[in-house]
Amino acid sequence: MSKRKTPGLNTGAMSDISFLLLTFFLLTSSINTEQGIPRKLPPPKTEDAKDKQIDINRRNVLNVLVNFRDQISVNGEEIMITELKAKAKEFFSNPTNDPNLPEKISKPIDGIGDFPVSKGVVSLTNDQSTSYNMYVQVQNELQRAVNELRDETALQYFGKKFDGLDSAAQRAVSSAIPMSISEAPPIDYGTTK
Amino acid sequence: MSRFRKEGKKETPELNMGSMSDIIFMFLFFFMVITTMREASLKVHFTAPKATEIQKLEKKSLVANIYIGAPLNKNENTLPPGEVSVQLNDQTVKAEDLKRDVRDFIGTEKESRDAQDRDRLTFSLKVDKDVQMRYVNIIKQELRDNNALKINYAASKKEKNN
Repeated sequence: MSKRKTPGLNTGAMSDISFLLLTFFLLTSSINTEQGIPRKLPPPKTEDAKDKQIDINRRNVLNVLVNFRDQISVNGEEIMITELKAKAKEFFSNPTNDPNLPEKISKPIDGIGDFPVSKGVVSLTNDQSTSYNMYVQVQNELQRAVNELRDETALQYFGKKFDGLDSAAQRAVSSAIPMSISEAPPIDYGTTK
Repeated sequence: MSRFRKEGKKETPELNMGSMSDIIFMFLFFFMVITTMREASLKVHFTAPKATEIQKLEKKSLVANIYIGAPLNKNENTLPPGEVSVQLNDQTVKAEDLKRDVRDFIGTEKESRDAQDRDRLTFSLKVDKDVQMRYVNIIKQELRDNNALKINYAASKKEKNN
């Protein structure tokens, strides 16, 4: 038998099909990834926990209240959303050891050593008529305050920002600067819309 | 004198399409890998609030979505007084069935994951930015009662300005 040349395949149809599939996936795909502000809810109330009143010192609590007009007050003083981060940062870090700001307890932390951990807790109360947008903004500002403090601590002890650390170091910094938000049951001053 | 161009008919050579289809296939696989099918069509209006400190969720398969927003269609079930709907899977929830439906939803979502993944299951609250907190609070309370404690407030990226 003599050598026979294989005839050239017509691949035009194949590329048509793959084009079709491509456009289908282009149209149906949503590239935006799941992102947001992660939070943990407190565990459900149990019977024995009900009676236990946790005694928290007044200086250790930052009362953040968002009313039905989306106005914010911190410990009774009305502020703008832009000021909240600085307030929260001052509250969590207490740089001058002010007796009106939260006390700090020195705790040994792996990889850092003894670190004065703040006992501060943000108590967040919102009205039933508060808009969700404002609620997220407040959560965001509080998170930002903590993230900036974590960045500063990470730079001081590990020489890198928080995001650049490995997970063990991140855990250490996270326990040095805990994110403690406690949500009070919502109030209902606003009228039902 | 030389002639540069031959006169007369010249056939155009056939193009080789093989490499093009390679490239198309590459694109195709790229999109197939990154894409996730939207499992349910949206029944409520949803625009995420903007935030700066957002984090990406680790795994998409460990996320269950709860949508809260104004209904797109007038016939959808709403919570009283009738301006906001809650969507689980592909249905909006009736107000009187809310407790049961949320419990069932959490149950089936947990059930469909492996045992070791159950604790890592995150419930992403996709709430429209104009919704009042009362509706979000109802859902949060239900999640809490059913021991689904890992939640996420869906938000889109906003640039920082200090």
